[in-house]
Amino acid sequence: MAEMRMRDALHDALREEMLRDERVFLMGEDIGGYGGSYAVTRGLQTEFGPERVRDTPIAESGILGAGIGAALGGLRPMVEIMTINFSFVGIDQIINNASKFSYMSGGQFNVPIVIRMASGGGSQLGATHSHSLEGMYAHFPGLKVVCPSNAADAKGLLKRAFRDENPVIFIEHAALYGTKGEVPDDPDFLIEFGKASVLQEGTDVTVIGYSGSVHQAIRAAKLLEEQEELSAEVIDLRTLRPLDIETVVQSVKKTNRAVIVEDDWRFGGFGAELSAQIMERAFDWLDAPVARVSGKDVPMPYNRNLEFAALPSEEDVVEAVLAML
Amino acid sequence: MAVEVTMPQMGADMTEGTVVRWVKQVGDLVNRGEIIAEIETDKATVELEAFESGIMRKQIVGEGETVPVGEVIAVLGADGEEMPEQVPAPRKQAAETPARRSVEPQAESPQPAAAGVTGDVAQDSAAKAPPPAVEEEAEHEELTPPAAGEKEPAGTGGKASAAAPAAPAAEGGARTRISPVARRIASDAGIEIERLQGSGPDGRILRRDVEAALASHRQEATGAPTPPAPVPARPAPQEAIPSRAVAQRPVVAGQQTLSRMRQAIARRMTQSKQTQPHYYLTLDIDMTDAMAFRKQINGSASEEQRVSVNDLIVKACALALERHPKFNAEFHENGLVYHDAINIDIGIALEEGLIAPAILHCGGKTLGQIARESKELVERAKSGHLHAEEYSAGTFTITNLGAYGVEALIGIINPPQAAILGVGTVMPQAVVRDGEVVAREMMKIALSADHRVSDGAEGARFIKEIQGFLENPVSLAL
Repeated sequence: MAEMRMRDALHDALREEMLRDERVFLMGEDIGGYGGSYAVTRGLQTEFGPERVRDTPIAESGILGAGIGAALGGLRPMVEIMTINFSFVGIDQIINNASKFSYMSGGQFNVPIVIRMASGGGSQLGATHSHSLEGMYAHFPGLKVVCPSNAADAKGLLKRAFRDENPVIFIEHAALYGTKGEVPDDPDFLIEFGKASVLQEGTDVTVIGYSGSVHQAIRAAKLLEEQEELSAEVIDLRTLRPLDIETVVQSVKKTNRAVIVEDDWRFGGFGAELSAQIMERAFDWLDAPVARVSGKDVPMPYNRNLEFAALPSEEDVVEAVLAML
Repeated sequence: MAVEVTMPQMGADMTEGTVVRWVKQVGDLVNRGEIIAEIETDKATVELEAFESGIMRKQIVGEGETVPVGEVIAVLGADGEEMPEQVPAPRKQAAETPARRSVEPQAESPQPAAAGVTGDVAQDSAAKAPPPAVEEEAEHEELTPPAAGEKEPAGTGGKASAAAPAAPAAEGGARTRISPVARRIASDAGIEIERLQGSGPDGRILRRDVEAALASHRQEATGAPTPPAPVPARPAPQEAIPSRAVAQRPVVAGQQTLSRMRQAIARRMTQSKQTQPHYYLTLDIDMTDAMAFRKQINGSASEEQRVSVNDLIVKACALALERHPKFNAEFHENGLVYHDAINIDIGIALEEGLIAPAILHCGGKTLGQIARESKELVERAKSGHLHAEEYSAGTFTITNLGAYGVEALIGIINPPQAAILGVGTVMPQAVVRDGEVVAREMMKIALSADHRVSDGAEGARFIKEIQGFLENPVSLAL
């Protein structure tokens, strides 16, 4: 075990997978000489050469199309989209090609591509550069959607992504790159998809988050304990597709209450899907309607105070919990 | 066909009403237009008329109960019609779960078959409800989750009162708020949810309430010393840090709960000041001639015909509003709505607050009619017997504290109206007329108007018009 930042854990995962499997190569804007916008690929071009760590033009559709072609041809590409906001430019490749080839070819072809993207707001990047689209990608059948909240999970899940035979959307919250955590050194450290982690056990309410919102959930649990003497169970979904609804349902059966925390917009968001599944699977165990604490239903404001107001906070979570009691 | 009688909306801001008294009892013949019940709203007690004729089959809401607007409060059946086995339940109950049925047998019990058969249906069927039996004891045990670490003696605090056999929460079958898990536990244990009191949001019965009742049942059944209670969702209120979760705060010394009228006044006045940008114009009116005119009229008039100063002002305003319809309008985002009728609200102080019922259709009424109607209106307002239209259809308001000797009064607009006229007392003042100081009977009026609807110059022309009528009172006699 070693303490490291999430960006270094991701770096190590990429490096270990490149060492393990020669078919693995990386493509993206500024990932080679510059080392990546969030410094995840720093040093990898020097170590593995420009053939395996390729700088590309600013052309998301082209990068993704080339990556999908390479995957179809038997390689294991990792495409880095500088931020999730730019994936809109290449989304046709992701939805119409990557997610569907296996289905449309009756399983004759598959697309083992890993698409990494930085996501989330909170850094005053304005309305067009602050999206949280985890839920949107989770909408499409054929995609796996992975969104770690800490360094160890980031490493274990990214390594696992390279061993998948199908496309994996790997979403990294930009505000988490610098967060530190203990990470196993084991080169075979993998975290299975579809296994949520219970970060804290509790009895009064289940607070569910993913990616950045896990941290609001944890801080809210602390406030609930200190200020209200309430015991919250905190669940990190880790992957939205596949979704570990079983862990959520087991928890709700114990606590009888659920609050979902998401950076994403509330309307038609992932929280709505999760809320519906909880209702379908645990209706008779609910003591209150499932609550959602979501981003405000507006494009992200640039102004710092407004941006904070638009994102869910731990106080919002506490308020939602108290309103159900 | 059975006809559902719903809680009517009497006034734009009415959200719920209380059935004060059923005038028609189960089995009574109801003719269309007859009064079937008295409904209390935020503001007054009003009579509810039947929109259809029929036999009163069922009173779903009991006297004293408050339900939201639109909720079914009674069912009428056609004359001579045999009552169906199942009276249509309130719409909200359509999606009942089986669990609910098992604890609420009245939903399935036969109704009295013939017209004229009276009797409390709910009571009837309650007798058939399975009583919580002692043999269910074992089940209670199973239902009790392991109480590790968070034990709390039963019978303390709010839990004990929740378990006490309270008056049925929803007599006659109004929807009981209960969480799914609480319903399931209650159903499994054979607890009647009507006997539970909810401690959750909006009085919702929560798991903790059912578990408290279970603990108390068990205690009664065994007579044993208090067993550890099931784990409560949170500690009993008095042991916890004071928090927002406490459903109903006790009223502490020096505090008074708000009456519904007080709440309505608070809500409407806040709405007015927050949404209607007011501007204010004041003016002195020489009432000398008007007072003489009034004296002349009243000299020969009987008590009912006597004209008050306020009646003169109402008549003057009615005439002025005909010429200045903007002050008889209301603001909407997509345009001004001009009202055909001129319905002038007059503010009436009551012991518990204030009400402003309208003298309807002032436009076409003579001074004498206005005088008679305003007297009657004040009496009915004080006895709480206004018609719905009278306190919801006003288009302009006059508030007059002249009787208290108040010199000037600047009112807050009564939303959604566009203006209010505040009236002070009539008193002799030294004024200059033709270069001479003379004593005249003067009165101050103040117009508060919604600046979204009209501008100051329009307001000025409007009160000048009022002034003109009052200073030339003969025009009021027409």
